[in-house]
Amino acid sequence: MTRLRGHLPTLLWLAALLACAIVIARTTFVADLSAFMPRAPSERQQMLMDQFKDGIIARLIVVGIEGGDATERARLSQALSTALRQQDGFVGVQNGSASDLALDRAYVFDNRYLLSPAVDAQRFTEAGLRRAIGTTLDDLSGSAGMLLKQLLPRDPTGETRELLAQFEGSEPPPSTEGVWSTRDGARALLLLQTRADGSDIDAQARTLDAVRSAFAAIPQRQTDTRLLMTGNSVFSVSSRALIESEVHRLAAASLVLVVGLLLLVYRSPLLLGLSLLPMLSGTLAGITAVSLGFGQVHGITLGFGTTMIGEAVDYAIYLFVQRPGPDTARLFWRTLWLGLLTSVAGFLALLGSGFPGLAQLGLYSTVGLVAAVLVTRFVLPRLMPRHVPAPDLPRTGDLLLRLMRQAPRLRWLLLVLLLGALVVLAQQTDRLWNRSISALNPVSRVDQQLHDELRRDLGASDLRYLAVLAAPDQEQALQQAERAAGVLQALSRTGTIAGYSAPSQVLPSLASQRARQAALPEPAQLRRRLDAALAGTPLRPERLQGFLADVERSRTRALLARGDLDGTASALLFDSLLVPRERDVLVLMPLRAPIVDTTEQDIDIERVDAALKAGGSADITVIDLLAETNALFDSYLHEALVFSGLGCLAILALLLLMLRSVTRMLRVALPLVCAVVCVIGALLLSGTSLTILHLVGLLLVIAIGSNYALFFDSANTGASAQEQRRTSISLVTANLTIVGSFGMLALSSVPVLAILGTTVGLGTVLALVFSAVLARPQPGAERHAPVKLSA
Amino acid sequence: MHPADIGLRRGLLVLLGFVLLAGAPAGRAAEWQLGELMQLLAQTKSGQARFVERKYIAMLDQPVESSGELSFTAPDRMEMRTLKPKKQAMLLDGNRLTLEQDGRQKTVSLQSYPEVAAFVEGIRGTLAGDRQALEKVYKVHLIGTPTRWQLMLVPREPAMSRIISRIRIGGSQGEVSSVAYDHADGDRSEMQITPVARP
Repeated sequence: MTRLRGHLPTLLWLAALLACAIVIARTTFVADLSAFMPRAPSERQQMLMDQFKDGIIARLIVVGIEGGDATERARLSQALSTALRQQDGFVGVQNGSASDLALDRAYVFDNRYLLSPAVDAQRFTEAGLRRAIGTTLDDLSGSAGMLLKQLLPRDPTGETRELLAQFEGSEPPPSTEGVWSTRDGARALLLLQTRADGSDIDAQARTLDAVRSAFAAIPQRQTDTRLLMTGNSVFSVSSRALIESEVHRLAAASLVLVVGLLLLVYRSPLLLGLSLLPMLSGTLAGITAVSLGFGQVHGITLGFGTTMIGEAVDYAIYLFVQRPGPDTARLFWRTLWLGLLTSVAGFLALLGSGFPGLAQLGLYSTVGLVAAVLVTRFVLPRLMPRHVPAPDLPRTGDLLLRLMRQAPRLRWLLLVLLLGALVVLAQQTDRLWNRSISALNPVSRVDQQLHDELRRDLGASDLRYLAVLAAPDQEQALQQAERAAGVLQALSRTGTIAGYSAPSQVLPSLASQRARQAALPEPAQLRRRLDAALAGTPLRPERLQGFLADVERSRTRALLARGDLDGTASALLFDSLLVPRERDVLVLMPLRAPIVDTTEQDIDIERVDAALKAGGSADITVIDLLAETNALFDSYLHEALVFSGLGCLAILALLLLMLRSVTRMLRVALPLVCAVVCVIGALLLSGTSLTILHLVGLLLVIAIGSNYALFFDSANTGASAQEQRRTSISLVTANLTIVGSFGMLALSSVPVLAILGTTVGLGTVLALVFSAVLARPQPGAERHAPVKLSA
Repeated sequence: MHPADIGLRRGLLVLLGFVLLAGAPAGRAAEWQLGELMQLLAQTKSGQARFVERKYIAMLDQPVESSGELSFTAPDRMEMRTLKPKKQAMLLDGNRLTLEQDGRQKTVSLQSYPEVAAFVEGIRGTLAGDRQALEKVYKVHLIGTPTRWQLMLVPREPAMSRIISRIRIGGSQGEVSSVAYDHADGDRSEMQITPVARP
């Protein structure tokens, strides 16, 4: 019976491992961008996030073709668009070729009497005709007159002019050799709309492959030509691939590093194997907890989680190297528990984060570390063979001990470093924080730049300013958009905005179309009015047969519907601006900012909002996405500051509670504060502004670093030289495993992982060194300089 | 009073060229060559003029007339400000074309609008005396005498010649006095230019 009780912890442990394995086998692992899309605080922001994730914006792919010469690029652009149009995966393919543009031009020109907002009951009366035709004749005398005259026979009232005025402020993409190109002409551009949803990453991956193979299959392609793709779906696909490969690579590399290091210290495969048990158990427990708590595990959590390898293995190191005897056991385990509690306090704070990735990391690490310590405390001592001697490494240990005894002499250096960091900090307070959410984006900066470049060249608006409304159905949505468009048109005349886009510009509501049809007179009547209106002008009615025929065709044709847009670029515009949702229809109307001397001006959105409200559009919201994003960032930063502040307070409280002395608590905390300040200084000096992840990293530095400071503190409360030697070896080994695993993260090409790796890697080294430097001189040691703080 | 004299004596700015070649001997009609004309034109650094333009359009029984001011600053800035019947301005500066109408401005790159380039490069190239720029875009012929010459510009690009078959620029010495466009469809426009002295 006692035998069974002796084995109970081991049995419980094995049962728990089995349970974990079962849960993990059923867990969904995801690797999209969602971990870094913050949960938006307001419904409005959530709606926009959804649009970016699933709306048409997420289904657009911008393709660039570079290399070769302009003629070759144009040929490839044509061949690629022809090939992709035949594929089922694409709803729209546009490359700006004459035939593409001709479709749009024909749509606008043929349907001008249904599309033009100028067509009202007055327009086709005698007076209305005289006025409209008079304006057209005046335009003919202007500098562009000879180009406009082609429109005269069929469009004497100038509806084309009215329609073009609606698109004021939007530039078509530049064209080289007859196809869209970048401004410098070095790349040909295409715009694709995929059928698959942006969030369906597997389908998006297949679509991207289809583009690549279509490009590769173009005959006689010059070998130096290349295909570039950008867009949200491209990012999702590449990020997923990147995160997956990184997680595997990082885990493998960390493991190899830690195993190598432990072999070096232990020189015993058995101890090595035992050391890995807490870490493996912790990893399994962590994944299980995240799976149960969040319903899924994000790949990036595993990426962060590789750092757990470094920390969880430390407990075994402390145990095996320090080998606490009966008299020191109590102190040892107390220190270990306290170290665990401070670490957990840091990680628990992450649970409150608005970023799912960070929250998962918090849960994963908390549960993982607790499991690792439990295994170290209750399972390892039972498995530990008694005959294996504690690894001692007397030479290395003595060297380390000597170094540590000398360390306090370096206090002046610490002071210099600290002052230097504070100076840097004071000088650069204005750029302390990186205020852009994209800093957390797993997409590399080069890719983001390419994305911005290509999109700008395509004239796709930056979508900074949006007027947004929702209506029960498409017809009402279009009617409301038309009402708002009237106000926006007036605002663009006064220069408050440069222009706007609205779905009603390419497909007016049925009500408007009907009203316009009703305003078109019957042929005989139109003929009579035209005769009268043209009296005294140089224009003869006989020459306007085309006009009469076109008006009659528009008067009698079926009203325009979405299907009439098929194949045009206007269809892409319409689909991106009018979004059917489950219960209603969402209308997005991007506003273009006025440009003065090539600098984009800010739009006074309150004025726009007030004008829209005054114009009878009550339910419309005007959003400045940049301001929203900044506000969002500020709220996350605030949140992060609060939770890391609480984390730090919790750690201090724990220390105070366990050490029962303010002086000792301060002595433990001081090296950590110095380390944090120096890390911030170093980051700023290297030109990096801090993000939320840096803050999290610093919190982890305190959480992990407190272990070192604690062991220094406990080692100094009177112990034999051998114990001190062992403590120093275990601390340095533990530190190396941490630095090694976070250092691996620092090398990652996923920015978020790299940020955390750099911060924690550097911070923990400094925490160890500073702990040694600030440690109280050993009893019996010749030096007797009192620590200032303890006075 | 001859504007050229005003230009020489008072150093005033004169539009669209004036004679700087003070010592140029008269009566060298025989050797009158494109290079010489271009040199003459190139010496005008800036100037201002009034213009009246008539467009003869087959659709219309009468020509439509417009008038306004022109100004030029070497090497590549040209502004055409129409005052009647409707205010409008066109500014060509380097490669940027800015149109102003109804209080709104629009700037485009000339490369994006080759058909517009076909219109404006001829007159700007002539004002600047930039033979290279002209010959890149047009086949250039010179007829007449230094006191009464005419440049014939025929677009090289088929895309351009589908719109304009020929530009005729007339003048005397280093001064341009008329610009006419013959359109491919038989329509034409004629512009008379009168230099004005600016104090």
